[in-house]
Amino acid sequence: MANKISDETIEYVGILAKLELSEQEQQDAKADMEKMLDYIDTLNELDTSDVEPMSHVFPINNVFREDVVTNGNQMEETLANAPLRGGDCFKVPKTIG
Amino acid sequence: MSKQYETVIGLEVHIELATKTKIFCGCSTEFGGAPNVHTCPVCTGMPGSLPVLNKQVVDHALAIGLATNCHITRVCKFDRKNYFYPDNPQNYQISQLYLPIARDGWVEIETGGVKKKVRIHEMHMEEDAGKLVHDEWDDTSLVDYNRSGVPLVEIVSEPDMRSAEEVIAYLEKLRHIVQYLGASDCKLQEGSMRADVNLSVREIGSDAFGTRTEMKNLNSFKAITHAIEGERERQIELLEEGKQVVQETRRWDDNKESSHAMRSKEDAKDYRYFPEPDLVPVMIDDEWIARVKAREPEFRTAKLARYQKEYGISQVDAEILTESRNMAELFEAATALCKKPKKVANWLMVETMRLMKEHDMEPQDLRFSPENLAGLIEMTDKGTVNSSVAKEVFEHVFLENVDPQAYVKEHGLATVNDEDALRKTLEEVIAANPQAVADYKGGKEKALGALVGQTMKAMKGKANPGRINELLREML
Repeated sequence: MANKISDETIEYVGILAKLELSEQEQQDAKADMEKMLDYIDTLNELDTSDVEPMSHVFPINNVFREDVVTNGNQMEETLANAPLRGGDCFKVPKTIG
Repeated sequence: MSKQYETVIGLEVHIELATKTKIFCGCSTEFGGAPNVHTCPVCTGMPGSLPVLNKQVVDHALAIGLATNCHITRVCKFDRKNYFYPDNPQNYQISQLYLPIARDGWVEIETGGVKKKVRIHEMHMEEDAGKLVHDEWDDTSLVDYNRSGVPLVEIVSEPDMRSAEEVIAYLEKLRHIVQYLGASDCKLQEGSMRADVNLSVREIGSDAFGTRTEMKNLNSFKAITHAIEGERERQIELLEEGKQVVQETRRWDDNKESSHAMRSKEDAKDYRYFPEPDLVPVMIDDEWIARVKAREPEFRTAKLARYQKEYGISQVDAEILTESRNMAELFEAATALCKKPKKVANWLMVETMRLMKEHDMEPQDLRFSPENLAGLIEMTDKGTVNSSVAKEVFEHVFLENVDPQAYVKEHGLATVNDEDALRKTLEEVIAANPQAVADYKGGKEKALGALVGQTMKAMKGKANPGRINELLREML
């Protein structure tokens, strides 16, 4: 494998993803990410200088909605998905920052 | 302090767009009400739901981009900005990084008589997040997703500002442009316009930028000014002590009037942006641009110059009249009807503003027609009503948009121009007030005023005070 991921990188990615990884999980994740980067390197071997970057897989543009209210009060349906409910709100572990 | 420092400021301004529905779903953007009533699977990030772009959002963004002299990106698209926070139920915000709708613009600001261009780096469309309420007693936070998915544009300036004064001038300029376009009400206090201040200091003469910090939670011009002054001092102090400024996001506390570090500032790569696969690209052609451009109103800067030149209105008065587009249009329409710009300006700046304050109204809440204001001005000029009756009638024009002519007729408020009736009343007043008459004849000018007052009272305010004055002098 050509790509190497440092311990610092894997730890930082863990912080961004808000994941606490064990020593073993860190090693596994490192190996997986190195493989992914190698795969990208394979793609990079292709000469794409004449290819226009694709912004979407479908050849469709400009799909719009008119600015008209179509949804009514769906509070109960929405809150039915809340693992914890506090009044008419989702209740989550305290987050400040 | 031995060294001289310069403050370098760039702004990120978020503006909530005036649409009826959210950016990607048909939920209402209406403010207030119970939590989570304006939510659906799309704006709460339920798996399998698909966003569809609100066309009005692109129209508003396009109008703002054109009015701020930006280049419009003809093929623009959306990207996912990934971060984990409970106000963001999808775990990503749909935003624009690679192909934002507008780039490389500028607006002109003026401070202390000096004009300056502030460049705009880019402007993009994105969705707002939900609202978190932190419980003081419990170890939990409550989330309301009514604001989740409300459309925003973020306007990122170049670091072209050097003082709090320039920052305020820039924000005012943006606010006037966007309000005139009807694209947002831009209220700092209510959060429909939010400014994050990126600030660094450097020694005067240096070309390199210092390390910057970003300040959030600034919701008044006062807070912005204080935060800029405080952060400048804090950074200079660090540098003077030989320490370094840390690149971080700081949160302004309005009560403590100080800021504290929130988190280290993320780089774009920390957000792992990637193209939003659920939305197709937006293609903007010449025709679309022309359509938006054709709807562009005359902006405040142009009106300011024109009012002084065309109507002979002072700079200060023109600034007041053009503060909102609604007021400016009322002024222009009423002036076109009665051809008396100064009188129209006077009614708008004195009585209208007094009543607006009394009834806690904004310029956009004004409902009276220019025809009725112009009509009242003409009636006053012709002497049909005297000035105190005119003020009384205006209250009804202001509140109920009554036709002043019909109202005066109906309530019998027209000035009595019947000389005989007036003379008769005067004779009675003179007879009833021998002391005042004697005082006047003894040289007390003031006594005449008392007699005029008595006559006005006797005639229920419907007389012309000037004429009473003349007649009184003649009769005495």
